[in-house]
Amino acid sequence: MPEYSEVSINNLSKSFDGTEVLRDVSLDVSRGEVVSILGSSGSGKSTLLRCINWLEVPDRGEIRINGERIGVREDSSKPMTRRELAKVRTQLGMVFQGFNLWPHLSVLKNVTEALICVQGLKKEEARERGMEFLQKVGMAEKADTYPCTLSGGQKQRVAIARALAMQPKVMLFDEPTSALDPELVGEVLSVMRDLSQEGYTMIIVTHEMDFARNVSDQVVFLDKGIIIEKSAPDVFFNNPGSERVRRFLELDKAS
Amino acid sequence: MSNWEILWSSRDVFWQGFGNTVTIFVISAIAAFLLGSLLVFMMEGARPRLKKPLRIFIDGMRMLPFLILAYLFYYGLPSLEIRLSAWQAGVSALILYHGAYFAEILRGSRVTLSSGQEEAATALGFSRPSMFIRIILPQLVLRTRGVMGNQLIILLKDTAFLVIITVRELTAAANSLSSTYFIPMEAFIVVIGFYWAISLMLEQSIRLLGRLGEKRGFSNA
Repeated sequence: MPEYSEVSINNLSKSFDGTEVLRDVSLDVSRGEVVSILGSSGSGKSTLLRCINWLEVPDRGEIRINGERIGVREDSSKPMTRRELAKVRTQLGMVFQGFNLWPHLSVLKNVTEALICVQGLKKEEARERGMEFLQKVGMAEKADTYPCTLSGGQKQRVAIARALAMQPKVMLFDEPTSALDPELVGEVLSVMRDLSQEGYTMIIVTHEMDFARNVSDQVVFLDKGIIIEKSAPDVFFNNPGSERVRRFLELDKAS
Repeated sequence: MSNWEILWSSRDVFWQGFGNTVTIFVISAIAAFLLGSLLVFMMEGARPRLKKPLRIFIDGMRMLPFLILAYLFYYGLPSLEIRLSAWQAGVSALILYHGAYFAEILRGSRVTLSSGQEEAATALGFSRPSMFIRIILPQLVLRTRGVMGNQLIILLKDTAFLVIITVRELTAAANSLSSTYFIPMEAFIVVIGFYWAISLMLEQSIRLLGRLGEKRGFSNA
């Protein structure tokens, strides 16, 4: 068996209603690496991230998590059932732009629900692990409150704890700070920075240039569904190879 | 003996009717809710072919007077060699009829639930049934609690129709006392009191549910 990266994406293509959103995208992410995906809206970056855990089903190409194929059965090339998908998905944690907490459950229950229902943990164990991860994102005191009482930044931290508690190998972040008031962005980014220092593999779709520059190991720029730049952050931000990226960075500086 | 004293002396008849009404109501309400939830779950399930027949069932039930269904089950089915006791016929008619209404109430709220919550559950590996039971259904109940409470009161009142198919519930009790002693006014007033009492208890439990909902930010109902 060949050696695979933690996440390897090969020749991924996806269209929505005849519009190609991703064209032949390939990307390798190794263990512990932090990759930021940049691009203007509509460039396909969120779709790429959502394909990685098969929330969006690509038309062509394959994705492997630690060598294990997601979405399609290795032996028969038939689509996986929801249960088979769930098994591969345990390696992936996902954080959404809109937090997607469950409003009827307390903060702690939001974190422990999947531990109990999916991983089959006992209530006590789940509670312990839930508190541990809430602690990690600084939300332990809010364990018994409900999501409607939290600020956006707090909600996102709980959502991160919920994904982390499943102990995934790779964390996927889909514009985690885009729905936040500017003064709340910092607390979420600081949690994410800590995670990167702990060695989590992270793939982040973001508009936060400073974060991409300071935290990531690799910056990827998508334009019209094609990766047109893939480089280390200092190269990307100081001396990008493509004209398109240069323009994007200038526009960002101007704004 | 005054009319009221006559009724008091035959209070056992009322108590029996009350007990039967409450039993029929509780069984039917729980089963109808489960049926309604199951219908909603199946309508969004993996088998699109099921969707149409389920839709037809739900609409068919909603567009039919309950009394006709009760008649049909008790007097009609024997011609197909299906013989149900009055209780069986009555309770199953209540379950099917109100199950369809519950399905419609829940489904209406279902379509406005944000899809992001399901995506989060899917990404975490929830199976479809556990996602429905743990994530979706509780929210639908909290959101629709007002309409649900209303539907439960309608269900309670529909149990009164079962007097026609010889079930010995509250209305039947009043009916028999009123014709035995010829005191319809008093007998039916007493029975109204019983229905009010059950309804008030229902309202109270919906209010409690409302408090749970408000704590969680479900203040729409």
